Amino acid sequence: MKVTIKLFASFRQGRFIVKECEYEGKISILQVLHEFAIPLVGVGVLLCNGRHVDFDCELVEDDVCSIFPKVGGG
Amino acid sequence: MLEADLVAFLKTVVVKDNLIPLAAYESAADKFSVTFTKIEEIALVNGFYPMRYQRQRNLIRGRGQLQLLKSRVAVVGCGGLGGHIFEMLVRLGVGNLVVIDPDFFVESNLNRQLLATVATLGRYKVEVARERGEMINPVVAVEVLSQSFQSDRGAQLLSSCDLVFDALDSIPLRLQLADLCSSFEIVLIHGAVAGWYGQVAPVPPASGIMGQIYQNSGLESQNGRVAEEGGNLAPTVNLVAALEVATGLPYLLDDYQKKWSPGCFVDLLVPELELWS
Repeated sequence: MKVTIKLFASFRQGRFIVKECEYEGKISILQVLHEFAIPLVGVGVLLCNGRHVDFDCELVEDDVCSIFPKVGGG
Repeated sequence: MLEADLVAFLKTVVVKDNLIPLAAYESAADKFSVTFTKIEEIALVNGFYPMRYQRQRNLIRGRGQLQLLKSRVAVVGCGGLGGHIFEMLVRLGVGNLVVIDPDFFVESNLNRQLLATVATLGRYKVEVARERGEMINPVVAVEVLSQSFQSDRGAQLLSSCDLVFDALDSIPLRLQLADLCSSFEIVLIHGAVAGWYGQVAPVPPASGIMGQIYQNSGLESQNGRVAEEGGNLAPTVNLVAALEVATGLPYLLDDYQKKWSPGCFVDLLVPELELWS
């Protein structure tokens, strides 16, 4: 199963901007975050094909997952 | 009749292209015992255009300027985002502004908060905003509240608004503001910053969008204040405030198409803007 992972802002440091990943079977966004050692506490918006999702979202073939850092100041 | 007499007066003070200078408002107010707001409303209805909005005339037009004049908009938070949002709304000519913030200026605000100066340290932010509004655009009515938006008076003020801008620095408070705006069926324009990054999204009433935006952001700290964590920069607050105002304006103007834009994330280091779509 191929999915595209897009990282933004500080998450790109030491990782990548866009990456096509292949997985056997099901995978959740939580597992993807663990795989790339992205700290959960810093995660803000998660999009899957442009829709807001949470950590438990399971990815399917050709999904595009975008991971943004938490932004809450003003 | 007031309107006819006022229109006759305006014709004597108009400069080229039907522009009315602000200096004429004092004379008109004295002569006809009316407010600046009324003068401006009658001027716009009758095809005149306030000179101070000359540069936005082709973009906002008379009908739009009148809509702005009659709009009532709240800015919740008067710090980094709020100060800039407030200033832009004043300059645009939004006729009635409500500014809510219980805080006063401290030294660490000086790096990014428009209304923070050495002279205003220690003063309530909303009081400084009121003065600033008067200096820039005396036609805009500014009502301020130096309490939380969750106070009885805060909720009352918000309930009468056409649009609300999120300029808070706390995630839990943002979620509560979104709930309150939903209960009043008012569109909320969300904005937030962190270091070089920011995000903006319109939050229609009952959409649940604010909850979706922050569903992965555990409420780790008691009040969720995030300014101290990653820090904040002047260019980031400037840009995100401008995006919030640009996102919100179509909701006040019939001539601009209202579509529920999905929101966006900005990274000033690249620089890059990513639409959430």
